[in-house]
Amino acid sequence: MKTELMSANYAAARAVVSARVEVVAAYPITPATTVPEQVALLYEDGVYKGEFIRVESEHSAIFACVGASSTGARTFTATSSNGLLLMAEGIHWAAAARLPIVVNNINRSVSPSWNIHVTHDDSMSFRDAGWIQFYASSVDEMYHTVIQAFKLGEDERVLMPVMVNTDGFVLSHTLSTFDYLEPEEVDKFLPAYEPPHWKMDPENPVSHGNIVFPEYYQEFRYAMHEGLLNVHKVFEEVERDYKKIFGKYFGGPIDCYKCDDADVIFTSQGSMGAEAKDAIDELRDEGYKVGNARMRMIRPFPVDKMRELGSRVKGIAAFDRGVSYGFGGHVVNDIRASLYPTEYRPLIKSYIGGLGGRDVTVDDIKQIVLDTVGAVESGELGPEETWHDLLE
Amino acid sequence: MVTTKELPLKEYVLKGNAACAGCQDMVALRHAHKALEGDVIQVVPACCTSVVQSLWPKSGLGIPVLNTAFPAAAATASGVKAALKAKGNDHTQVMVWAGDGGTFDIGIQALSGALERRTDFLYVCYNNQVYSNTGTQRSGATPLHAQTTTTWYGKTEPEKMLDLIVAAHEPVYQFTANSSYPRDLYDKIKKAKEFEGPKFGHIFLPCPQAWNYPVEKGVEIGKLAVETGYWIMWERIGDEFILGRHSKRYQDPEKRKPIEEFLKMQGRFSMLFKPKRNEAKIKELQDYVQHRWDLVMKTFT
Repeated sequence: MKTELMSANYAAARAVVSARVEVVAAYPITPATTVPEQVALLYEDGVYKGEFIRVESEHSAIFACVGASSTGARTFTATSSNGLLLMAEGIHWAAAARLPIVVNNINRSVSPSWNIHVTHDDSMSFRDAGWIQFYASSVDEMYHTVIQAFKLGEDERVLMPVMVNTDGFVLSHTLSTFDYLEPEEVDKFLPAYEPPHWKMDPENPVSHGNIVFPEYYQEFRYAMHEGLLNVHKVFEEVERDYKKIFGKYFGGPIDCYKCDDADVIFTSQGSMGAEAKDAIDELRDEGYKVGNARMRMIRPFPVDKMRELGSRVKGIAAFDRGVSYGFGGHVVNDIRASLYPTEYRPLIKSYIGGLGGRDVTVDDIKQIVLDTVGAVESGELGPEETWHDLLE
Repeated sequence: MVTTKELPLKEYVLKGNAACAGCQDMVALRHAHKALEGDVIQVVPACCTSVVQSLWPKSGLGIPVLNTAFPAAAATASGVKAALKAKGNDHTQVMVWAGDGGTFDIGIQALSGALERRTDFLYVCYNNQVYSNTGTQRSGATPLHAQTTTTWYGKTEPEKMLDLIVAAHEPVYQFTANSSYPRDLYDKIKKAKEFEGPKFGHIFLPCPQAWNYPVEKGVEIGKLAVETGYWIMWERIGDEFILGRHSKRYQDPEKRKPIEEFLKMQGRFSMLFKPKRNEAKIKELQDYVQHRWDLVMKTFT
């Protein structure tokens, strides 16, 4: 392990090398572009030993991954925003085919209007597609999550694709240190991928994806659901082993900071979760019992962990950097739904903001947390949803 | 040309598949696999072949088949090939088996990309000139005046000259074939195996369901397509163009049967003859025959 200084995108290309990926297929889109650029350079220099397909669209990128993964290869691609949306057919396909492809999605606003900065609407619109979804808060976390993603997705109890999300520009183009692992080191953690059930092989011919009538279709879908539910246990094992071998741990599906005695917690996805730690520290200094619950994994949704938090806190300030139009923040509604079957009734306030890359500063986060603290103190929920920093 | 006696006996298109009676796709596929002899991974986008290969958990094909999305055949095959390469397998042939809709229309971008990347694979378009899997809608391959369920009074445009589009990508080997000439098809698939790089085969095949003719007439109609000069059999190895011996004799317009003989056997063209003969439209189709010959010969020779 050695410390390197790179942007998240450059580090993602290094994760491809570290994890001994066998096939990468990718198409450029800002801000993901530097991932395939770096993969190309590492490929041409012979550092990355797998195959690299410079496809003509994102639709072809994901389906080249489907073809390669179906033939038993460890497979990776990177994309953003409209590129991810063009992959839609293949995103659902990969999950239903139980292919442990890893996609590094660099969160970017969806058009129109053209905006290359971060909003989470792109990946959030695939919450129901059967993918495991992570949101990273640092270059280091992104790099190691990609390596962990292969171990998690390829586990026979899971066999599902994984999307590792990083905030456009905030992480994708910002240099930071990370702990790089040589492939020989990663070998101790991640064995070669061997599909346990089927692959394209003339020695053992099978048809994959042929017609399934209503008699069986539902059972295949149930198996997908089970695969994702198994992630909770398997990810615990993955993180435990990773910590044991490399000493790296990023906090489970919800990374909690000063939550133990907190009355109010702030939840968010992506890089903002790192920013929020500073806000929490300042608020603690000012005497508020507040904590930061960084949502690392939103599919499968960490229901048990959220209930455990919900049993202890009086208020949740849930921040979404995206919107389910007509129903509100993506993750806040998952938090509400998780707690509904329990007796725990913390006040849950939804905040939406930071769209299109608008800055959300430590002061903004403090203001949001204090708004929820005020609601808890007064016992009045007030507005269920607030668009933070919305121009009149 | 291979003799019938010399064709391998082993079958890869198995009994009990769900193809319609008289399906010429199965004739073409059967002979293609006899030529490939099992060391193949077949990629199939949405098309008749994705339906007729049977219902899960059974398979009507004795080779590995990867079904994929409608626009994605060539991209999926690129991934399969890359995976084989990554694993050191340099012998297994990757073959796309796609219909005309998945090739001419929704799949053309992925096809163009894979050809341009010089992907080492064989892409076969089996062309029955219609979206027959979804029930006979017009495609970019549907000929002028053919009746479909989206062109009830006949298509108003002729088919796309796909072969010229493919040729512009300069594949290492390109051929046309016809399910009524299965030994010729066998030879061409066998030849395709010998080349490294992108290979493209375009097989014309009649469809009793979509073209509306008695199921036993498929071979006859396929032959008439060649004998009227409507379908031209040729190969292209790099820049070298070879006019097929089945078509050579019909290069001379005098030797061709009138297009009417091909048209009148098919319900999809019945409006050209009933309730009364439409000379103008029949002539347009007759003229199209020479138009294709002129374009192919001017481009390739």
